[in-house]
Amino acid sequence: MSQQTVLYPQHVAANAKMVDFHGWEMPINYGSQLDEHHAVRQKSGMFDVSHMTIVDIQGAQAKTFLRYLLANDVAKLSQAGKALYGGMLNHEGGVIDDLITYYFSETEYRLVVNSATREKDIAWIQKIAADFQVSITERPELAMIAVQGPEAKAQCAKVFSAEQNAAVEGMKPFFGVQAGELFIATTGYTGEQGYEIVVDQSQVGALWDSLVEVGVVPCGLGARDTLRLEAGMNLYGQDMDESVSPLAANMGWTVAWEPSERDFIGRKALEAQRSQGKEVFVGLSLEEKGVMRTGQVVWVTNRDGEQVSGVITSGTFSPTLGYSIALARVPAFEGEYAKVEMRKKQLTVKIGKPVFVRNGAKV
Amino acid sequence: MSNIPAELLYTASHEWIRDEGDGSYSIGITEHAQELLGDMVFIELPDVGDDVDAGDDCAVAESVKAASDIYSPLTGEIVAINEDLEDSPELVNSDSYTDGWLFRVKASDSDELKALLSAEDYAASIEEE
Repeated sequence: MSQQTVLYPQHVAANAKMVDFHGWEMPINYGSQLDEHHAVRQKSGMFDVSHMTIVDIQGAQAKTFLRYLLANDVAKLSQAGKALYGGMLNHEGGVIDDLITYYFSETEYRLVVNSATREKDIAWIQKIAADFQVSITERPELAMIAVQGPEAKAQCAKVFSAEQNAAVEGMKPFFGVQAGELFIATTGYTGEQGYEIVVDQSQVGALWDSLVEVGVVPCGLGARDTLRLEAGMNLYGQDMDESVSPLAANMGWTVAWEPSERDFIGRKALEAQRSQGKEVFVGLSLEEKGVMRTGQVVWVTNRDGEQVSGVITSGTFSPTLGYSIALARVPAFEGEYAKVEMRKKQLTVKIGKPVFVRNGAKV
Repeated sequence: MSNIPAELLYTASHEWIRDEGDGSYSIGITEHAQELLGDMVFIELPDVGDDVDAGDDCAVAESVKAASDIYSPLTGEIVAINEDLEDSPELVNSDSYTDGWLFRVKASDSDELKALLSAEDYAASIEEE
């Protein structure tokens, strides 16, 4: 059965093309995915991300619990509102989900997890929480809008109250603050500045409409995917899943090895993998015609001069750069070029870091 | 419901065919097809002078979302290609029946036209999808 977010009427009224996204009926675009992409890189655009799952973790052992549950270490968080990205792993070191943790106090945290993984995430969190003094509260009554782009903050300022504008004044990246009816965070999934705004379902329609009125462009999942790929951000289920180590999926930086005495789920498995270091996550660029697609085979040359294969985990056309880019997981390699098998031919592509565009410009 | 001009012929694989009156036929993809594919980013076309058989894949429409083969509905020689698509693939989205045409075939077997769909038949075929 397909679910709809509260903003469904807004999407339909704006002529959105709706598609099924893991059981949610979501807008893929409102006419042109490319125009929406450029709106976010050059001005401001917004996404309905109300399908994402918000889980509040509270209780005397909230901190202890999350230090065991997550591969990143919430002990790094000491300023109210500070956010932390990282993976929730299984005992084998595979990624159950990637998520953002907001710190309010040592007894109050908020997790924002993917919608596609909601059921297994909640089941896992509850299972692990059984041994801790914590309460786990899903917040399905909350909706969320991501407003992104170089003009996003200025546009939001026009619809925020004086109190809300005061609350976000000078807020650094990766922070969140409750200001009146809105939880406003300087996070996102596009590589641009902006906010992710959490609000009660009953008020999200009015917020969306007022953002449309000031000129923020509604954007669909299509643009969201090309934007996050240019920014080198992972998509759960494509770039990593339970069979993939965070160390082979661009998430090594989110694994907090220190302090070494902290035990977290998956630690032992990751330590074993770390010493092997067999796969790496790279960015690929194809500066001629053609588009690399998810699932295509990549060939690289190893230190013995042999051709060894990896896989494109996410591939697309980059609207900002005008050529195709991809994220890929490959065996340890030497050299700067790889070959990709695309439709009847093999094309040479350049290997680089898995990030392509930040704040409107080529990295 | 997308636009399906009555004066054109169609295939079930979403190509349209326009009789140019000189034995040649222009080929493009329908408005419905470009809606399914989304924003075009590259169009690969055959070379002028190529011989094609009806049903051959002879062009590729690559959108942000996917690559899609385009089949020649007719046997014959490619006599023209739309070179504007090299720099402006979006014409296939914005003007799929006019400026977004792909290639022109000098048909060698006019009987093949009988197998093509009328606008009405094409409308019915996409209705069933």
